[in-house]
Amino acid sequence: MKKLLKVDGLLTRLQGGAPIVDGVSFDIAGGETFALLGESGCGKSMTALSLMRLLPDGVVHAGGEARLGEVALFGLPEREMRDVRGGRMAMIFQEPGLSLNPVMTVGAQIAEVLALHKGMREEAALSRCVGLLAQVGIPDAARRVQEYPFQMSGGMKQRVMIAMALAGEPELLIADEPTTALDVTIQAQVLQLLRETQEKSGMAMLLITHDLGVVAENAHRVGVMYAGQIVEQATRERLFAAPLHPYTQKLFAALPDARRSGQPLSAIPGSVPPLGSSVQGCRFAPRCDRAWALCHTQSPAWKVVDGQGVRCHLYAGSESRVPGTDSPSPPSPLPQAGEGNTVPGTLRSTLLQVEDLKVHFPIRKGILQRVVGQVKAVDAVSLSIPQGRTLALVGESGCGKTTLGKALLGLHPPTAGSVCVEGEPRGGDDRRRGSMQMVFQDPYASLNPKMRVAEILEEGMAALHIGDDSAARQAQIDGLLDKVGLARDSKWRYPHEFSGGQRQRIAIARALAVSPGLLICDEPTSALDVSVQAQILNLLKSLQEEMGLGYLFITHNLAVVEYLAHEVCVMYLGRIVERGPTAEVMRAPKHPYTQALLSAVPRIDGAGREYVRLQGELPSPADPPAGCHFAPRCPQVMPVCARRFPPMTSAGSTSHDVCCHLYPVVPN
Amino acid sequence: MNFLPVILWSDALVFLLLAVIVAVAVHVRERPHLRLPWQRVARSSVAMVSMLVLSCFLVIGLLDTLHYRVALPQTDAGEKVYSPEVLSVFDKLVEPLRAHTEKTYSAPFALHLYAKESLEDAQSHVVRDYPRLRYGGAHLADVSQRTADVAKRAAAGTFAGALVGLLLAWSLRRHLKQRAVQVTLVALAALCGALVNLATVYHVLGTDKVGQDVLYLSLKSIRTGLVIGTLTTLVTLPLALFLGVAAGYFRGWVDDVIQYVYTVLSSIPSVLLIAAAVLIMQVTIDTHPEWFETSAARADLRLVALCLILGLTSWTGLCRLLRGETLKLREMEYIQAAQAFGVSSMRILSRHIMPNVMHIILIALVMDFSALVLAEAVLSYVGVGVDPSMISFGTMINAARLEMGREPVVWWALASAFVFMLVLVLAANLFADAVRDAFDPRMNRTEGAA
Repeated sequence: MKKLLKVDGLLTRLQGGAPIVDGVSFDIAGGETFALLGESGCGKSMTALSLMRLLPDGVVHAGGEARLGEVALFGLPEREMRDVRGGRMAMIFQEPGLSLNPVMTVGAQIAEVLALHKGMREEAALSRCVGLLAQVGIPDAARRVQEYPFQMSGGMKQRVMIAMALAGEPELLIADEPTTALDVTIQAQVLQLLRETQEKSGMAMLLITHDLGVVAENAHRVGVMYAGQIVEQATRERLFAAPLHPYTQKLFAALPDARRSGQPLSAIPGSVPPLGSSVQGCRFAPRCDRAWALCHTQSPAWKVVDGQGVRCHLYAGSESRVPGTDSPSPPSPLPQAGEGNTVPGTLRSTLLQVEDLKVHFPIRKGILQRVVGQVKAVDAVSLSIPQGRTLALVGESGCGKTTLGKALLGLHPPTAGSVCVEGEPRGGDDRRRGSMQMVFQDPYASLNPKMRVAEILEEGMAALHIGDDSAARQAQIDGLLDKVGLARDSKWRYPHEFSGGQRQRIAIARALAVSPGLLICDEPTSALDVSVQAQILNLLKSLQEEMGLGYLFITHNLAVVEYLAHEVCVMYLGRIVERGPTAEVMRAPKHPYTQALLSAVPRIDGAGREYVRLQGELPSPADPPAGCHFAPRCPQVMPVCARRFPPMTSAGSTSHDVCCHLYPVVPN
Repeated sequence: MNFLPVILWSDALVFLLLAVIVAVAVHVRERPHLRLPWQRVARSSVAMVSMLVLSCFLVIGLLDTLHYRVALPQTDAGEKVYSPEVLSVFDKLVEPLRAHTEKTYSAPFALHLYAKESLEDAQSHVVRDYPRLRYGGAHLADVSQRTADVAKRAAAGTFAGALVGLLLAWSLRRHLKQRAVQVTLVALAALCGALVNLATVYHVLGTDKVGQDVLYLSLKSIRTGLVIGTLTTLVTLPLALFLGVAAGYFRGWVDDVIQYVYTVLSSIPSVLLIAAAVLIMQVTIDTHPEWFETSAARADLRLVALCLILGLTSWTGLCRLLRGETLKLREMEYIQAAQAFGVSSMRILSRHIMPNVMHIILIALVMDFSALVLAEAVLSYVGVGVDPSMISFGTMINAARLEMGREPVVWWALASAFVFMLVLVLAANLFADAVRDAFDPRMNRTEGAA
């Protein structure tokens, strides 16, 4: 096939500093999707920006060639480059909310591209805009073309961005994490749109992502990037069947999933070296468990083994080393998490009991601030967590799961319902605060940058009068740091000196400082890279075994749920629609929403599953649909669904409950 | 002891401010993450050059803050009697400038007065002519030698100054690495050398209506400007910080009350408000002459009161800024974590929010400084500024304005006030810009990655 884009030895460096993109070479044929896979800070986006020649200040292109068709991109004067950008190659960005101009209608923004690259104006441009919007699946395009970005949801905005990119009819589309900011169901819609568009137009696509699942479903060929270099390059089938580079192997092994739920994940120690740091030898050597002396001194050369390129000393010499010899052994069929423990669930004391909890936020309007409505963020939720167990709360963003977590902690006052901790109702009493603590999502926002680690850890103890004096607390802090796997001397350092994973360890230590029985973990790994996520999950798991902690694990990542949780609750628009033991819910979901959610998750073993495509997006909790909230999007909707909200009924086994009219109440 | 140290109100406040700055500097020195932005400031040559110029002004201002009264030769029943005139160390250092007063106006480097007088010549005829100055160029026997003498003295002074400057630059070469800073240091030293050498015998910038040396007036004005620029912040800061942070954190009725207060305050024309307050204060001071031992003490209290009034009317901008920032910070997860521990609100304010708005405060203060120096000039010009007996840029401009209509024009008083103020404010603004850049995380992204 004819190669459309050829990149050869691309080198991008900090001004007068270390390289960020170091000798990256790849090519893409027309109609093909090439995925750049890697963790954050590996130089993926910088590669794309180098190709677009849109590098930020202080970063310069320092060598290498890139050809788009016959045109050498780096030889073009800026004026001609402007025709290439948006015309021959277009880019879509991660955050759809930030890449559209909020004061222009979407039509005007697309028309800008049309005027620039196609010379279309007024009538012609308008009708083309409508056509493009319809092409990317925006209903009622003729009306939408006059709307502003704020009138659209996140998924819509990303569609508009794609329409804008397609307006110039590019030969190459660069998609930089196009779905990272979107929910799984929307992600599935957008990825499918990209695939369909590619089939129709035959354009080449450079897909940049950190998500192995997205790669597995969309890419034809994959380049794995690590610290500015491509360390492995192969077709998707080969890469997923037999990854060669230790980093790629580790990346697969670090993915949580149900089969590994009994055993610790094989986490990669340490974290990605910071962008632009110069390392002698192999970049991955410090984290590689198969590194030997040579790896630390000499940078490995690019080596092609059976059409699969790899940058590793393991494959440099003879071909005798069979690739993937010590890739993680196929996990033995372990007891499922739900039944894994010897202590039966009934004997465990209940740690947290929530009955009919409601959190409503009033909507006020007018001068007199009259209450005109309620945002029902959490609407009649009941759940219980026994000691030493993990309950996962799953749902898309905006379904009220974080609000529920904060309401349990007392950060939002509940409107109705009761919360009992260790058998006692939760009140304003300070002593009870210690029994429940929270680990937040963003480790960069959850630690005060102006306080040292010791001060951060001591704060909660001092507020709850734990420990007699500072000295006693300091001794406790040492113990805590040991427990979460940080060096003791790190307590005199400031948060900015730590990486994301280490910061999350500090956040966990802070929560543990007041010895709670229950930890509410609000997406504790969603801001972390896959390899670091595995470290944190392992830590949480070992802490649970050691201290008998209960977890309320709030997440949208279903793979993590399968790995960690004993039970799972699926939330939709403030209500729990399905609950049950993890294995059962994941294997045989009953509620149509759960089914759709599960089918939307891209999997690395991709084949053989059917999509349940959901139409539209989550409605506003201020104005939920009548009857079953899910009815307007439900593929199996019945007339009764629009009339009343279904009661919680048992589905199958005793502990598996579901709220759906498909499962009518069985009279006992 | 033949002098009595005098600590005026503004002196005390300046010393307090100095102590606070030293304490903060020590605090910052020990903490690497606080030191980092200042190291960035130190690396910027614009910042260091403007800092060098600013520090010249600061040194003059500080020397001018050390006040004392000289003992008079006579005694009053065995008790020492001190002169009613309050002098400063700076006055003593530039004694010739202060003491060499002429009769009235004279142009820069002039040998003659600016106004004709009736003189007796050698033949005892009364003639109308420009008399020779009492001090300016008095050592010259022949008027025609002036140009050569000025050139010679300027060259000698420049040379000596440059030599000292080079010596300084060489001895401080480890700390001042940038070429631009070293050049500025040498240039400043050369300028000082030339000035010192010339000012002892000439009125380099001329004299004013009552014959005072304009260079002396300009140098004395520096302290007034600096005091207004810095002391006002002592008043603004606690108000803006406490009210802004409290409004942002507590929301609800606290926020409403504080917002209404500052909205109302900032809708009153500030000059009107200041004028009213100053007039009230003036009346109070005038009706209580027994409060003050010396006229300097009275003028000084008026200056402090002006700072107070300026402070009370100018805290709203910073307050609004801090409220906005706090609204953002209170949603941060570390604040919620602290709330989950049941940490008290006051503790959250002081430990979590205040340290995180400090960079805004710092930037706002440095930026406000130059605005306040200019405000003083405007207010004194309008007549509601400092005491007329206190030397300041405003009073200098106000006095010079009346002579602008003369032919030939008396331009030097206005020009030198203008130049001094321009240099001071420009240096302060450039320094503020550099500080803001150093504290702006978006400007320093690439550094973080490197």
